[in-house]
Amino acid sequence: MPDTQVVSTQPSNRNGYRSFRLGKFELARDEYFVTVHWPAKGARRSHQMPADAFLRACMRDVAWNFFYGWVNFDHVIGTRNHYGRVDFYAGTFNGTLKEAGVDYLEQFDGDHIMATFKAILRDWVNEGFDPFAAPVETGTAFGPKQGDNIAAIERTRIATRRMPGLPGDSPLRNDMSVNRAFADVSQDEPEIHAEPGFEGELHAFSLFKYLSRSDVTWNPSVTAVCKASLACPTTEEFILPVFHGNDRVEWFIQLSDEIVWDVGDKNTGAPRARVTMRAGDVAAMPADIRHQGYSTKRSMLYVWENVTPGLPQRYESGELPPYPVEF
Amino acid sequence: MSQAHTVFGSLKDYTKGTIELVSGEARHYVFSNIFEVASKAQPYERIVVGKNLEYVQEVMRAEGVSPWFACAHDEFALCMDGEVTVDFIRMKHPPGAAKNGAVLAGDAPEGARMGHVKLKRGHQVLLGAGNAYRFTATVTGVLMQQTVLGDLSVQKWREICLS
Repeated sequence: MPDTQVVSTQPSNRNGYRSFRLGKFELARDEYFVTVHWPAKGARRSHQMPADAFLRACMRDVAWNFFYGWVNFDHVIGTRNHYGRVDFYAGTFNGTLKEAGVDYLEQFDGDHIMATFKAILRDWVNEGFDPFAAPVETGTAFGPKQGDNIAAIERTRIATRRMPGLPGDSPLRNDMSVNRAFADVSQDEPEIHAEPGFEGELHAFSLFKYLSRSDVTWNPSVTAVCKASLACPTTEEFILPVFHGNDRVEWFIQLSDEIVWDVGDKNTGAPRARVTMRAGDVAAMPADIRHQGYSTKRSMLYVWENVTPGLPQRYESGELPPYPVEF
Repeated sequence: MSQAHTVFGSLKDYTKGTIELVSGEARHYVFSNIFEVASKAQPYERIVVGKNLEYVQEVMRAEGVSPWFACAHDEFALCMDGEVTVDFIRMKHPPGAAKNGAVLAGDAPEGARMGHVKLKRGHQVLLGAGNAYRFTATVTGVLMQQTVLGDLSVQKWREICLS
């Protein structure tokens, strides 16, 4: 394990939190804020985020293994996944800061930045705060260091190979409770009637029941694998904690309720559109944008990904257009 | 404490969303609504509503009995509205492994009957590689199918998308 590569200070005498160093970046938290410092133009630059927003974003970056492309924690800092190597940046994908030359980017081995982020979460997430949970379902992230919440930040999910519930595949969620926001969702399962000799060869499950029992928000799970086409539905409440920048086309199908998406330019963050999706709506997120969603009522979203190897390079080189369909 | 009220769409009750543009074009988001698409479709017409290179999401209006379909690879159908029974046959002569997307399997595919699955809203069924399948809607509804672009896929983006 590369834990030995994590560079941190002793706990602060004032608030109990450690500070961390990632290359030339310095990351510290106090009772309310996370502060990031970096060098640019011969000076030490800084940026602050509310601690809860930083921890929710960092949690997604860890859980998603840096995801597909850019994970902007906010309009200044974030990561870009090169699949094995990962950039951490400040201002590089903010049009104003980039133009002013006060941005900074450093690339790290994926294991090193992952170990550092995990160490940050272990130290900075207090007892009672769950960065995966909706705000009304968890305690506060603020205040001086008080205990930890290792169980919440180290949830593990079994990867789905074909479809949940098949023998040897990821489990269904029958042992989990129905979320309060989905108390009205039917818990009926499909009826499966196999002829003699074909027992166990037909398979179906209630996706809506499965989603109604998710205990996390903005954290997709694979529920169907068709070659390199992955169905990754998820349940959403409050704000997507990151502004996801696409390195490929991604699709959303709104299964229930409503999400509003702020869409911006991938490189500068300049606003492009607000997309309101209601039950049954289908929309593509092009390969040249970033997006962040807002869901007042906990909703079900079917995220659809293409994991064909080499796609980021094909989009970045211009071989593939950023838009999935010409019409 | 407010009571949960989850809003699902249906053929009879859906409200399509909107796009507020700052720059660019609405068509870049390839925005449609599966209930609207199905409401204007022929039964079991496989209309593509999502396309990611060769991979697609197809929407079908489930009404009456479908033809027998088959596919060389796994597909997955999600019932978004209505009630649908899916019958399965283990094909004696399945489509060749290189064939992408669903194909018609004839009026009476040769093979053993495997059984059937009854779906309601929110239920997802595996349409396993090499098996023929046929839908029968006991209540008219909507199916969304994750598959690969094939001979039966219908693309009519101008008709279904915001632009």
